[in-house]
Amino acid sequence: MRLKRFAPLLGFVLLAGLLYKGLSIDPTALPAARVGQPFPSFAQLELTSGREITEQSLSPGPALVNVWATWCYSCRVEHPYLLALAARGVPIFGLNYKDDSVKAREWLLQLGDPYRLNVADEQGLVGLDLGVYGAPETYVIGADGHIKHRHVGILDEGVFDRDFVKWFPDMGVSGSVGAEGGDS
Amino acid sequence: MRRSALLVLVSWLFAPAVVWAVIETYQFSSPDLEVRYHTLSQELRCPKCQNQNIADSNAPIARDLRVVLYEQLEAGASDEEILAYMVARYGEFVRYRPGVDRNTLFLWAAPALLLIAGAGLVVRQARRGGKRAEPLSATEQEEISRLLEERNG
Amino acid sequence: MIPELGHVALIIAFCLAVGLALIPMWGSMHRDVTAMNLAPTLAVAVALFAAVAFALLAVSFLQDDFTVAVVAANSNSLLPPIFKFSALWGNHEGSLLLWVLILSGWMTAVALFSRGLPLLMVARVLSVMGMIAVGFLAFSLLTSNPFERLLPNTPLDGNDLNPLLQDPGLIIHPPLLYMGYVGLSVPFAFAIAALLGGRLDASWARWSRPWTNVAWGFLSLGIMLGSWWAYYELGWGGWWFWDPVENASFMPWLMGAALVHSLAVTEKRGVFRSWTVLLAIFAFSLSLLGTFLVRSGVLTSVHAFAADPERGLFILIFLALVVGGSLLLYALRAPAVASRVVYSAVSRESLLMANNLVFTVATVVVLLGTLFPLVMDAFSLGKYSVGPPYFNAVFVPLMALVMPFMTVGPLSRWRDDTAARWLHELLVPGIAIVAIAVSLGFLGKEGFNLWIALAVLLAGWVALGVVKDAWRRLANPGGSLRWRSLTPSFMGMAVAHIGFAGVVLGAVVVTQQNVERDLRMAVGDQQELGGYRFEMVSVGQQAGPNYLADQAVFAVTRDGQPVATLIPEKRRYFASGQIMTEAAIDASIWRDLYIALGEPIGEDAWAVRLQYKPMVRWLWLGALMIGLGALLTVADRRYRTQVQRRDAPVVGVAGVAP
Repeated sequence: MRLKRFAPLLGFVLLAGLLYKGLSIDPTALPAARVGQPFPSFAQLELTSGREITEQSLSPGPALVNVWATWCYSCRVEHPYLLALAARGVPIFGLNYKDDSVKAREWLLQLGDPYRLNVADEQGLVGLDLGVYGAPETYVIGADGHIKHRHVGILDEGVFDRDFVKWFPDMGVSGSVGAEGGDS
Repeated sequence: MRRSALLVLVSWLFAPAVVWAVIETYQFSSPDLEVRYHTLSQELRCPKCQNQNIADSNAPIARDLRVVLYEQLEAGASDEEILAYMVARYGEFVRYRPGVDRNTLFLWAAPALLLIAGAGLVVRQARRGGKRAEPLSATEQEEISRLLEERNG
Repeated sequence: MIPELGHVALIIAFCLAVGLALIPMWGSMHRDVTAMNLAPTLAVAVALFAAVAFALLAVSFLQDDFTVAVVAANSNSLLPPIFKFSALWGNHEGSLLLWVLILSGWMTAVALFSRGLPLLMVARVLSVMGMIAVGFLAFSLLTSNPFERLLPNTPLDGNDLNPLLQDPGLIIHPPLLYMGYVGLSVPFAFAIAALLGGRLDASWARWSRPWTNVAWGFLSLGIMLGSWWAYYELGWGGWWFWDPVENASFMPWLMGAALVHSLAVTEKRGVFRSWTVLLAIFAFSLSLLGTFLVRSGVLTSVHAFAADPERGLFILIFLALVVGGSLLLYALRAPAVASRVVYSAVSRESLLMANNLVFTVATVVVLLGTLFPLVMDAFSLGKYSVGPPYFNAVFVPLMALVMPFMTVGPLSRWRDDTAARWLHELLVPGIAIVAIAVSLGFLGKEGFNLWIALAVLLAGWVALGVVKDAWRRLANPGGSLRWRSLTPSFMGMAVAHIGFAGVVLGAVVVTQQNVERDLRMAVGDQQELGGYRFEMVSVGQQAGPNYLADQAVFAVTRDGQPVATLIPEKRRYFASGQIMTEAAIDASIWRDLYIALGEPIGEDAWAVRLQYKPMVRWLWLGALMIGLGALLTVADRRYRTQVQRRDAPVVGVAGVAP
């Protein structure tokens, strides 16, 4: 009977604990629904060469698939870092999302092309199947062709080192320094 | 300074989702489809916005999803199929009416359970109390007499 | 200079609040009359300095002082002066200052209107309110200082107030809401004072009631305004979205509704004491929870201020102290104040207990739905969303459940009644209303509409209960009508209950009978909707003080007779570049005609949304009646007679347990 008096307090303590946990969670972060699933199949044109490619072309993994467009300001901000990653040997495929292919090609010519291949997804159909909701987004495809991870927003060194480096063990900053000649 | 930077960043990232009337002029092949369109477009959440359904949001992704919804309705898909399609790509997040699964079972059952449990508690308490008023103790009786005197005097 | 003075005033207010929190409370524990007597003075002093700080911030806004950070972030030189003033509370820092101002206003009111109360109680109540003020002032000064300056990089002009907030409705909505939220701190303080004193009797309930009713009345009005504003401003004709911030204001309202009724029972019958104390604690706790949810970034909402987990942590700690402390106090002291059940299963007490139960369940359900996504996320069980389809599905039946109780309630007798008597009173008119409901149900646009019939039935029964109660009071065996028996207390209840019935009826009818059409219209096009004919007559442009608007002029006719000329707009605000829809509405008690512009299509046409919304005004008129009814009850003589006893010697202190 006495304990019943403490029930509201107990309930509140649980609530406070939940809210405290909530402070460290980002409510807007939305993990990709397709994580763990194979990359959705598609048949689209490649951006620069014009030949038809499918999801099989996005191999070998592990690789990045970067969703970008010329209308996306943040993509421009992220671009130099993608070039740096590509220079380190990280395989990057591009998904040119709901964009004008002519402008996209010009953009790449002007700013540099970090992509092995670029899917020209003018209608956004591939993006829709993937669960893209804005640009830039970057997906990780594993060696098995399955989606491993998605990052929404600008990709930079901090994000890469924190979330991506597990699939690209020698490509992080510390990794590339060590690659020069490990101690033995 | 850090806080105002956060403010700028937050408002800029979500700038496209300004709230204003979004009006699509679709032609539906039957009025039933139009009704379903309205219902579903209010049930589907815009993945990118600050808590808006795809009917009210101005964001590009919301517009795309409305088109998909329209096309699927015209193609004859059922409500469940359309919802499954959206969930496969964007997760349960995109449904404002949570589907009934192991996790949400509690959510859907809670109102009825709470009501029944609460009613049970209340009834039990009432039964224990009983109908008759308890007789007054001597001190209480004295106090009442005193108060009555005070009031009448 | 002015912002610095404001800052100093705020700091002084803080120090005075600390004094208010500590000194009278200490005095109450040591029976020190001098210390306790300081409470009203300190309360008024806090209010004074809070008002000074508020006024100085207002001056900064009105003078376009962009060296002050919040002015630069939320105002603009082109902004009309009234919006420069309201921009003060259109942001996190300024709205906190408004919170503090209103809290100190309530403290002053309690200090001034508590002559009939024992000093011990007044001291404790004001101390508790002082503690709350300390929390908010500390929060403001430490994390959200409204007087922060942008020197030396002062911007030339401000960012502008969000165009959505540049509206008269949005000027009054926050102050009214805050009057409600903050006002619930008064019954809370009374509850804490009673727990501290270890004694809770009918007079405590009588003292708490006017404060609770007024606070809850204001909260009702604030919520009503928010809903009405969303309807005419957001352009899609909706009026409630179950957004987390909306829920944050609705939960205190639901608890407040239960509290208002529970207090009545405690005052008149001395029972429900534990319930009432708990409800008082919960109602204000939910206000504080709302403050947390809106400002911490824990939930996503269109209404939320910019998220800052640091601020969130501060509020959470404050919440833990206030709510945790009060619930701990309850757990320890509740047996001292609990009442014994002395009513039968069929009685007015039972009905009001059922009322308490349903409103509490409703509150928990709304809380659960609002927090469910967070719970799932916290346990890594996935990202879920809970929105209107869920809330409507679970909330509506609960309100429907409470309405039959509202019918019988006013007629029922205290302590012991019989169901047979209720049946006798209500059977014949009840059946009449069933008949009316069924026949009105056929007025639906597609044959018989069960929902409308049910809504008419339930609303009609509620009205019936009120009318019967009024008749019972008025009717005199002698023949003449006893008008004086219709006290403000009764009239307030009657108005509020009928208002509630109106809200339910309006909500159901507008949801069921709403007709909406999205289409392309060019000049000369016509469209029939809901029996009216809409014709787009012309398009044009119009400049405003800080915007440029594209307009379309519509002539609305019915059976050839002109009904209205409606001019919806699409405005582009210069300072921010934001585009806003201004819907055009022709309002009447039975229907609204609603036109909103979408995108231009080509050179000469627009995407247009036409809506016919029957009885939508009943929603807000009903809510207005609820609010006004609550406010009306405090005019009752029983609260005023307290003041007359001021001249009698104060015996209260002797009767209070240590």
